[in-house]
Amino acid sequence: MSEVAARHIEKRFGDVRAVDDISLSIRDGEFLVLLGPSGCGKTTFLRILAGLERQTSGDILIGGEVVNDIPPRARGVAMVFQSYGLYPHLTVANNIAFPLRTQNTPREEIGRKVAWATQLLSIDHLLARKPRQLSGGERQRVALARALVREPTVFLLDEPLSNLDAKLRTSARSELKQFQQTVRTTTIYVTHDQIEAMGMGDRIAVIDRGRLRQLGTPAEIYDNPADEFVATFLGTPPMNLIERDGGTLGFRPEHFLPREMLNGSALAEMPFRVERMEYLGSERVLYGSIEGRHARRIVTAKLPAHAASDGIRAGDHHAFAVRRSELRYFDREGKAAVGAGAAR
Amino acid sequence: MTTITEVVRENLRPRYLLDRTSFVGPLLVAPAVLYVVLLVGLPFLLAVYYALSAYSIFDPSYRFVGLSNFHDVLASDIFRRTLVNTFVFTIGSQIIGLLLGKIGAMLLMKEFPGRRIARALIVLPWAVPVSLATLAWVWMFDSLYSVINWTLVALGLVDVANQPQWLGQPDLAMAAVMTVHAWRLFPFGVILFLAGFSSVPKDVLDAATIDGAGFWRRNYQIIMPMILPIVLIAVIFGTVFTFTDLSVVYLLTKGGPINSTQVLGSLAFQVGILSGDVSHGAVICLFLFPFLLVAVTFMLRFLRRREI
Repeated sequence: MSEVAARHIEKRFGDVRAVDDISLSIRDGEFLVLLGPSGCGKTTFLRILAGLERQTSGDILIGGEVVNDIPPRARGVAMVFQSYGLYPHLTVANNIAFPLRTQNTPREEIGRKVAWATQLLSIDHLLARKPRQLSGGERQRVALARALVREPTVFLLDEPLSNLDAKLRTSARSELKQFQQTVRTTTIYVTHDQIEAMGMGDRIAVIDRGRLRQLGTPAEIYDNPADEFVATFLGTPPMNLIERDGGTLGFRPEHFLPREMLNGSALAEMPFRVERMEYLGSERVLYGSIEGRHARRIVTAKLPAHAASDGIRAGDHHAFAVRRSELRYFDREGKAAVGAGAAR
Repeated sequence: MTTITEVVRENLRPRYLLDRTSFVGPLLVAPAVLYVVLLVGLPFLLAVYYALSAYSIFDPSYRFVGLSNFHDVLASDIFRRTLVNTFVFTIGSQIIGLLLGKIGAMLLMKEFPGRRIARALIVLPWAVPVSLATLAWVWMFDSLYSVINWTLVALGLVDVANQPQWLGQPDLAMAAVMTVHAWRLFPFGVILFLAGFSSVPKDVLDAATIDGAGFWRRNYQIIMPMILPIVLIAVIFGTVFTFTDLSVVYLLTKGGPINSTQVLGSLAFQVGILSGDVSHGAVICLFLFPFLLVAVTFMLRFLRRREI
């Protein structure tokens, strides 16, 4: 019904390729996250999907139809903007009713739909207020309600949580995800926040410099990054990368543990020199270097805070190791090298 | 203890005087207050004083005559005609000027080659001295050499024998005066609308586009209500400037033909200065005051209520 597809989308601003040949398809009812650093072209791509921006080349398909020449209002998409884009001079009720009025919806139906949307988002007590009298979280819900009343085939969300404070963001995240599961509308969500992406996306599309780097479920992206960019963009701290003859070896900090914490035989041992330690409550992050060839490269290890590693201090030399199954290999171009596991 | 007293004493020293808001505040406000008192307050009181007297340049002695000057002025047909003219002139040129300003600003919001030059040039009508600019218009409206008439004749729109006498026919003269004044106001309108348009967040406009609003709906249901406070400021300024202005009228028609373009400012100048009847001139001037007061109070109040 409402699957969305992009075929070889390219957008050039002068010489700059903001979007560089992105092809992907989003399944009906799916929650897809476009993840990338700021300025990577993810918002431009979303605006092309919405019809606010025209692609230089390529096709956009919504529900199987090419919509290149169809204006935003006729594409059946609803969008929530980073700063919400609420109409400051209209009350909450009129803000939400606006998209219905433009379609000449009968008055009773407008009333009915506004009531339905505001109840669903529990903002029905705010109807008479103006946007400036609302908190950030309330504004975000009004923007959602305004997107919802049109019963769009696709939701486009452009960093809708970035204007909320950290605490509110966490609760808004789960509410938003829950809300999407209730209405089951195909949703495309743009963010630069990997936690949002991991927590909400059915699938994640990682974008960098206008290119699609990897498309997959959060687990696929985290466990098997397609290249070094994806490997280092996700995870805090990011994946450790150390040079190895003709390529790069990668392992996540939480898999890099003191030798004595790991049992089994398929281990890659590395002598670790701890330089600095951060205690973060539930965990402890060690910064240091691997002695020998890679002495200059900073390597991090993430340990459970109260593990047997209590004895390790800054300045210590300690035997650390990674399970061979957790090692990832990248070739000279930074692409994941498959089947190179036994090399070391 | 000792250090604190020392600090306090230091604060009272002259070299810290400029750090004290209680001193610097009034100091900075003083010029503005002085300006208003000397150049607005005093002349206003002087006008009241003259209006209640039989003062004229031929008999510069003070004789209190009560409200009889007001009675004279109100009874005069010319004054009543002038009052109506002033309203027509003010409201008409405001509407034309702001409308042109809005259209100009909308055009200048678009990307096109030479936009920066166009933006700079648009200020010209405002920057050129009024006498110079109006002189050019005088020639354009001239009975013999009018370039406007020449164009109209060339286009076959008017007959050579029946060319419009722009400054000679009462209704056309009013239209001409309004056009020139609107032309002078229009850069101000462009700048204000440009400021207004750029203050509307892009997200809001994009949201309206996605929500299905077309050009007109975006303009009149989103942009205009949002920039209304700015537009109102333009209207206040424009109204005050126009209501009290006499330069365009005086340079173009001197209030004629037969007082058809006479406005309060030009009439007051004619009566009070040129004819030397200071007291009646003062009365005419004072008639500006209540209208401006009402207009400004109304708009400021509206503005405060509408604040977004």
